[in-house]
Amino acid sequence: MTADESREDIHAYLAAFDDIPGTTVFTVARARQGYWINQFAMSLIKPENRARWKADEAAYLDEWPLTADHKAAIQARDYNRLINMGGNIYFLAKIISTDGQNFLHAVSTMTGMSVETYQTMMLAGGRSPDGVRSIKEGT
Amino acid sequence: MARITAGVGTSHVPAIGAAIDLGKTQEPYWQPVLAGYDWSRNWIRDEKPDVVILVFNDHATAFDMKIIPTFAIGCAESFKPADEGWGPRPVPTVQGHPDLAWHIAQSCILDEFDMTIINEMDVDHGLTVPLSLLFGQPDAWPVKVIPLAVNVVTYPPPSGNRCWMLGEAIRRAVESFPGDLKVQIWGTGGMSHQLQGPRAGLINAAWDNRFLDMMSQDSQRLRAIPHIEYLRETGTEGIEMVMWLIMRGALGPDVRQLHRHYHVPASNTAVGHLVLEPVR
Repeated sequence: MTADESREDIHAYLAAFDDIPGTTVFTVARARQGYWINQFAMSLIKPENRARWKADEAAYLDEWPLTADHKAAIQARDYNRLINMGGNIYFLAKIISTDGQNFLHAVSTMTGMSVETYQTMMLAGGRSPDGVRSIKEGT
Repeated sequence: MARITAGVGTSHVPAIGAAIDLGKTQEPYWQPVLAGYDWSRNWIRDEKPDVVILVFNDHATAFDMKIIPTFAIGCAESFKPADEGWGPRPVPTVQGHPDLAWHIAQSCILDEFDMTIINEMDVDHGLTVPLSLLFGQPDAWPVKVIPLAVNVVTYPPPSGNRCWMLGEAIRRAVESFPGDLKVQIWGTGGMSHQLQGPRAGLINAAWDNRFLDMMSQDSQRLRAIPHIEYLRETGTEGIEMVMWLIMRGALGPDVRQLHRHYHVPASNTAVGHLVLEPVR
């Protein structure tokens, strides 16, 4: 397989990402959009920043070039909204671990399921891909 | 000459690292996850590799949004376990192999792979969980490690074919290194998992197992799997499996499967594990 054979059209490549149900792909456009959300979250990797954040979340957020919407979603721990605003789960995970929250619990909050139902689904083998591969195809 | 003697594929789920660190490995939830590594721990004790080239991805730990290298090779003397938000894992500092790492970097660059060279990097669960799975909880890791970090977070990550070709270039680099070293290459991450959005929790055991089959039986087809197929079939984070193709590409055309393990779930993720050896 040569480089020419594997080359994909960038527009078709990106368009296909919008066809996956319940899924947001972290494209460069989203990386730009959510830059400061992610950089803020990343800052919590340092213990001294975690301490300042825990002491006064609002004051800590004011140090970052974030919009009122960003700040509200962060304080509400609304992870679906943050991801739609360009947040990335690995960056947002720093908020989750600073909260001392179990990661599986945090992930479950994005599914509309209770923690218990989500955990039961995972123990039973996880969410089936059937029906959630493609919006257009319904497969 | 240095040579690549084996390849290991394994998931690197952070919760597995926490289970090992907190002594929970015998709990009913974790026991079947870890049991699949018993064979490999015995095998690697006998194999005694000198160096592991450990292909992994950084999870917003060493790299933030400021710099996003596609392929980054760790050339430092040592790499500290990272604080990922809850303090560093209580595992040994990772000792590098700068001579071989710099050699791989220069050889790959001349081979048209534009590597980023990293001389200071803390390593997160993506690198330390596989070490814990294969070596348990020693006072010092019994092997030198060359971290090879791949961007699989910001799209586009490298194509599967590109990863395969990098593996081939790494093999050429290792084989041109003077000195008698037993080198393993590990591909980590996966298998199916999605950690975000309403579709989180996706697991596709049938697809994962076909992928594991193809690693030893029909491996050329692996190179052509497009990103969109990983995303649709295995979830947003299933894309990590492209990193296994660097390992597979480095092993040469034919391999023998020595060991295989698959288990669902570990936290949100399907755990897959393979031990392969090149057939010459």
